[in-house]
Amino acid sequence: MKQIIIDVRDVVTAFGEHLIHDHINCTVRENEIYALLGGSGSGKSTLMREMILLERPQSGTIHVLGHDLSKLTPLEAAGLRRSWGVLFQSGALYSSLTVGENIALLYNEYTDLSPKLIDELIQLKINLVGLPPHAKHLYPSQLSGGMVKRAALARALALDPKLLFLDEPTSGLDPLSSRQFDALIQQLRDLLGLTVIMVTHDLDTIHHIVDRFTLLGEKKAIAEGNLREVLAIDHPIVDYFFKKGPHGITC
Amino acid sequence: MQSVIPASLTITHESAKTLLKCKGDWTIENLLEVADQLENLTPQPNIFWDVAEISEIDSAGIALWQLSNRTLEQKGHKCETIGIRNEHSRLYRLLYSESFQNSPPPDSPSWLYRLGRETHFSVLGIGSFLSFLGEAFILLFFTLRHPQLIRYRSIGTHILETGANALPIIAISAFLIGVVVAYQSVVQLQKFGADIFIVDMIGISLTRELAPLITAIVVAGRSGSAFTAQIGAMKMTQEIDAMKTMGFDPFTFLVWPRVFALMIVMPLLIFFADMVGIFGGMVIAHAQSNLSFTEFIHRLQGALALKHYLIGILKGPFFAFLIAFVSTYRGFQVSMNTESIGHYTTKSVVNSIFLVIACDALFSILLTELKL
Repeated sequence: MKQIIIDVRDVVTAFGEHLIHDHINCTVRENEIYALLGGSGSGKSTLMREMILLERPQSGTIHVLGHDLSKLTPLEAAGLRRSWGVLFQSGALYSSLTVGENIALLYNEYTDLSPKLIDELIQLKINLVGLPPHAKHLYPSQLSGGMVKRAALARALALDPKLLFLDEPTSGLDPLSSRQFDALIQQLRDLLGLTVIMVTHDLDTIHHIVDRFTLLGEKKAIAEGNLREVLAIDHPIVDYFFKKGPHGITC
Repeated sequence: MQSVIPASLTITHESAKTLLKCKGDWTIENLLEVADQLENLTPQPNIFWDVAEISEIDSAGIALWQLSNRTLEQKGHKCETIGIRNEHSRLYRLLYSESFQNSPPPDSPSWLYRLGRETHFSVLGIGSFLSFLGEAFILLFFTLRHPQLIRYRSIGTHILETGANALPIIAISAFLIGVVVAYQSVVQLQKFGADIFIVDMIGISLTRELAPLITAIVVAGRSGSAFTAQIGAMKMTQEIDAMKTMGFDPFTFLVWPRVFALMIVMPLLIFFADMVGIFGGMVIAHAQSNLSFTEFIHRLQGALALKHYLIGILKGPFFAFLIAFVSTYRGFQVSMNTESIGHYTTKSVVNSIFLVIACDALFSILLTELKL
């Protein structure tokens, strides 16, 4: 059995009176591509935000890399934040900095490497995510949507994290770019030994690269497992997501 | 978690040959010492990298190895790497799949080019402001022929927002200006025993110059910046595009209501500032030279000719027009990045205050020539 990277137990989240999660459980294992799936407003992004310390659940525990997130000291939290990379839905590149400076920020802040080596690393990351070399000197406003995602991925990978969080990585990309992005993530997982957790709606992504996923709906985790296991479950939301409609997957 | 073995490098020199034996974890946190060693290396012509004992390597480690390798080769050394482990070579092939290309930063242009470009854009900026004004006026005439298009409700909202809600800050500013002017003049006038002339001083300078100017500056800072930010935010969220596609013209819906509201409100605000400012002067005159309020007002009726007051009020709509147009125009210039909203809001306030002062100077010259 592979090591457990993220363990979510009995998480309850509510914003005011509005209940989002009602005792949710899920487990992410090492080196897998794990997806959180669900309709709009099902709380999948909130669950991810709780995993990366941006929100706190009302009750329940979340363990990431063996740390209980509710009992972190500031120092542990800082260490944990260094060990993951996050790709936000809209990229969230700092708009006053070029792509290169966006990546360099992490190296300058967290390492004492020489400028030449940092420069080499930036160029490597840019090549790695498939951006053209001159993209380093461009500002986020000069990039297309797909390039912003790639640049944000390069920034997320800057410190060679073992854990990568992706918030709707393929939203806003055309189908071909989406598949290329999926392939890139799969390749990075295989070669860098990453564990990838993503929030997605994209059924093609689920079909092609995701190993296991959780389907959220009605405030609960309805199903967890790989595609075949989930499809075997008889539940209206599973039917809604996978079997009906023009985009359904049938196996 | 595995224990961390810091990266280490053992250098052995033989005849015409340097052996670099790499060991440990070549990961980003542990590289510093090795990087220094490689920096200060003076090797023999032939270099061998022995990487077989590297336990773990990440992209920073590989980059360091490749960067040093390339630098040494450029210096004319012959490099060879032995003992690459399979899992490491996969990462290497991923990172250096294509031959490494570094792109140099684009040249920064000469000062002459930059000066020319700035001038060019300044001139273009004036042109685009004029065309903005022109388009606004075409829409105004169109709207006047179709009065049902006038957005009365919107004008009302903006009157409340830019007028009534601005009263407290304008009261404080005008009162303080009255106090300052009174204090400064009382000291000088007392030397000549001409205390009573403080009434003329305050009455004329406030109503004619200071109250309109202070009001305009407060309004530019308060409402002008708000206009730019509101319209800029709408531009960023594509609300303006949505309005256009529905056939709602942004000029009739966003620009003219703001301009009209401000033009209506400004003279009223100036009148208010006149009153509060003179009151501020009265308080100081009473405190410093025992001039009673009744005496002050009696003197004011003689000293303050109607024209001074009217000139001050008359400036209001002009200032309002400039402030409202500059700030809405800057709002429409906001582009899709987060920085630009702050950039253009700053520009809008700076531009409108400058234009207000320039317009005031023009009034002074004109009215003096007209002997008013």
